Amino acid sequence: MLRAALLLAKKDLLSELKTKQVLATMIIFAGLVILVFSFAFDPANNTTRAVIPGVIWVIIVFAGILGLNRSFISEQRNDTMHGLLIAPMEASSIFLGKFLANFSMIMIVELVSLPFLFLLFDFHILGYFPYFLLVLVIGSFGFISIGTFLAALSANSKSSEMLLPLLLFPVTSPILIGAVQATRIILTNIEKLSSAMAWIQLIAAYDVIFFVLCFILIDYVLEV
Amino acid sequence: MNTNTARKQASLLKTEPVAEKGTLFPKILLGATAVTVLASIYMIFIFSEVEKTMGVVQKIFYFHVSSAWCAFLAFFVTFVCSILYLAKRKRIFDTYAYVSAEIGVVFTSIVLTTGPIWAKSSWNTWWAWEPRLTTTLILWFIYMAYIMIRQMDGVWDKKARLAAVFGILGFIDVPIVFFAIRWWQSKFHPIVFGNGPSQKGGGITHTMLLALLVSIAALTLLYSYLLQKGVNLENMRIKVSQYKEKLREDMEK
Repeated sequence: MLRAALLLAKKDLLSELKTKQVLATMIIFAGLVILVFSFAFDPANNTTRAVIPGVIWVIIVFAGILGLNRSFISEQRNDTMHGLLIAPMEASSIFLGKFLANFSMIMIVELVSLPFLFLLFDFHILGYFPYFLLVLVIGSFGFISIGTFLAALSANSKSSEMLLPLLLFPVTSPILIGAVQATRIILTNIEKLSSAMAWIQLIAAYDVIFFVLCFILIDYVLEV
Repeated sequence: MNTNTARKQASLLKTEPVAEKGTLFPKILLGATAVTVLASIYMIFIFSEVEKTMGVVQKIFYFHVSSAWCAFLAFFVTFVCSILYLAKRKRIFDTYAYVSAEIGVVFTSIVLTTGPIWAKSSWNTWWAWEPRLTTTLILWFIYMAYIMIRQMDGVWDKKARLAAVFGILGFIDVPIVFFAIRWWQSKFHPIVFGNGPSQKGGGITHTMLLALLVSIAALTLLYSYLLQKGVNLENMRIKVSQYKEKLREDMEK
């Protein structure tokens, strides 16, 4: 199952590397979000520091939605989705493969856009950097896993680009709350590390519950 | 296609006895609903005493709490019927899940409109980002999304399958949302409004409690009546579309 998933992820990433369509869109979009936020919150102002954790997650969520929308729609053009479904592998490995591809793409986007954000807003990280990375990874993990699942669900609709955010935002609200709070504590107020850890545990619990749930339920979503 | 028509016939046969048996039951349900709603109105406005600090505005509490209860009940029914649908693949479960979610959204909307009215007079603000309120709002959004899935185009069993999956996912999400928000809020302002039980549970008198219980019973009966009506309506709609399909097939022959 894992091998099929890796193969699928590799296929997605290779075809993405060839066109660079989605990845470029996501990165440019992330840059535009930073630009819009620089208009909304004056970067020269000191109070702007308080909104940086929120901005980080807005970038991830909005750029992530773009990538998630494409991940199953792109399989519909030549009806390759049917090919995947009747291929000798389980639905869960399709999910896992798509998840791995989306997850590596959002990681690349974060890697490129967040240094730019810190640079442009002249933000110095006060906290401990590895914890920040940990929050980024598990927060994106949860968001992308449930996002991949709901993208598979909404791909059945003709207007899936409109449907996906409506499904995804309310369901992922615990992750967004937890990730923003943990990021804020780690970046600006590292003394309160214990409460940041509590938030990280909440996100991790959410990740585990929903990853398992998606694994169980994906069989019903990806039926021929 | 063959299995599809066979399934249609099966559901056609199955809806027949329900309609026959259902002639007496809805009438009893309607009568019980009418009686308890009237009783609850009497209990709320005449029988129970006026709350000391909040005054008459507190009367909204009875509708507010009982609609919240009905909303949760409705979503729980959706959750159970979604699981049953995925397990058994019978259309009746799907119909129940759909109708129940619709009624649940209506009750949640009632909660979300009566809440601010009450809050304005007792907390002096329309809205507070307090766990219960925020969770209810997110609940409303989740089940609006559920209804959006139902509006998708395509064959019914695909829609039913996807909606059932989302119904399960959404319901499991709700407690996590509640805990996340409670945690988030308690960090900043511990107990501002003395939310929920500490305020209501502390100062409730016998007459108020009785009125509350009667109004909960009334709205629960109203919910079951609406559910029964809605399912009947949905069954009729399905039947009509089947007959239409049959007519079209006959014409094409």
